[in-house]
Amino acid sequence: MSTVPVLLRHNRIRLALHELRGGEGRPLLHLHGLAERSPAAVPAHLAGWPGPVWALDLSGHGDSDVAIGGGYFCEALMGDVDLAIGHLGAVTIYGRGLGAYVGLLAAGGRAELVQGTILADGPGLAGGGPTPGSPAVASAVSPPPPGGTPDPWALYELTRDVRPPDYATTYVRQAASRSGLDTPISVVGVTRPPWLEEVAAEPGVLECTLPEALEMYATV
Amino acid sequence: MSTGEQVEEQVTYPGARPPDRQRTVDSSGLRIAVHEWGDEAAPPLLLAHGGMDFARTFDVFAPLLADSGFRVVSWDHRGHGDSEHAALYSWEGDLRDALAVFDSVSPHAVPVIGHSKGGSLMLQLADALPHRVSHLINLDGLPSRRSFPDVSDHQRTKLLAQELTGWLDHRRRLVDAQRRPGTLDELADRRGRMNPRLERAWLRYLVSVGARLDPDGWRWKIDPTIRFGGFGPWRPEWSMMRLPDIGVPVLAVLGTEPDPLGWGTLPADVMSHMPPGGRLEVLEGAGHFLHIEQPAAVADLVVEHLA
Repeated sequence: MSTVPVLLRHNRIRLALHELRGGEGRPLLHLHGLAERSPAAVPAHLAGWPGPVWALDLSGHGDSDVAIGGGYFCEALMGDVDLAIGHLGAVTIYGRGLGAYVGLLAAGGRAELVQGTILADGPGLAGGGPTPGSPAVASAVSPPPPGGTPDPWALYELTRDVRPPDYATTYVRQAASRSGLDTPISVVGVTRPPWLEEVAAEPGVLECTLPEALEMYATV
Repeated sequence: MSTGEQVEEQVTYPGARPPDRQRTVDSSGLRIAVHEWGDEAAPPLLLAHGGMDFARTFDVFAPLLADSGFRVVSWDHRGHGDSEHAALYSWEGDLRDALAVFDSVSPHAVPVIGHSKGGSLMLQLADALPHRVSHLINLDGLPSRRSFPDVSDHQRTKLLAQELTGWLDHRRRLVDAQRRPGTLDELADRRGRMNPRLERAWLRYLVSVGARLDPDGWRWKIDPTIRFGGFGPWRPEWSMMRLPDIGVPVLAVLGTEPDPLGWGTLPADVMSHMPPGGRLEVLEGAGHFLHIEQPAAVADLVVEHLA
């Protein structure tokens, strides 16, 4: 891993984009789970990717800035990923947990530049469920850890965000209609929160193993 | 006169009174500007503005309530008015900031008024923290499904593609964002496009209290990264579904006139969700900004409701 990340600016937040491995070809962009950070090296299960591997620390995580006052929501994280895409060009995305949901949003949001998105298990996969629950307003959370990340407000807010299945599937349809791929989304995990259950059933989505997904997207 | 030659102008408006006190409250590290009218020892009444507004839009309405014997407390949502510009804006953040203001006023239940988005926020706060709200008054802040017409699947896919691309392109440009400067009258004109029913004199007054005079002209104080329209999974019925939960006296007020920034909510939409004892008043001839168009009438309704 290059020890000095590329710093991108998403409004008032600096985002750390790490190059885990150089090379030629389309990069694989790793998106971590809730309260995680980018890996320090290419994980063994992604070593089979033929091209460069990069990893993004989402807002409030890793070496990226926290948002003072909180206010985290997944569409803002989609914007984080889009800035990485702006820097890297066309990518294939591997997202785990929260990174899987945000990766799906990016796959639909910037469909022409996301050539395949792999959705894997990880922390933050479910979010706050398909509909709003009983409302709550927190006035404080636990103090931030040493170094400031993961931001406790990110943990609080990104476990409560609502993820309606029909909202998630609109991003699948965007990816299917605009990416140029027959199967722009692959589901490689085991857990199926309601949004992912419906996504997995959509046209354009393949349930397969991680090696199968990597091989498929390496050749598009 | 070019924008570079402008001097700060004292603009007044009949009935408008600046706040008696201004202070700030810390909300998780963000500075939230608070404005108060009336005797500090009087019973408090919290007042939440709508999206793209600011507390000083209550400069006529709030004094009427204060003169009726209340300590009126309003605040600028994060990024709006004199409050600090934030890195992120969200419903959760706005609710949390509101609670910080509540905590600075009283730990006990207080009456609350909310206009437009402020009304929806206060409705959710009252549902989440019923022990902190004694009366709930909602001024055209109840979005209904009717506001969002159906379109075909194909159209929806195409519209969403444009919306997504537009939103992402906007997010990429945020780092360089600046509000467009102009003369006081140009800013009033721009505001008037969003608020066609409001008097020009009022719009000019709003510029004088809601914008700042930079060397190259007037600029609205609101964070340039904030723009109209939300984005995400929210749907209007998620607000309305809170209303039946409310156990304190509820007053909802709607206007009869269509307005670009209004929700288009009809009385029947509200009454089907009104909790027992809740009351709906419909103000003839008023648009979305009913507390600005008919401040005395709305203030009378509020005072009567709180009596």
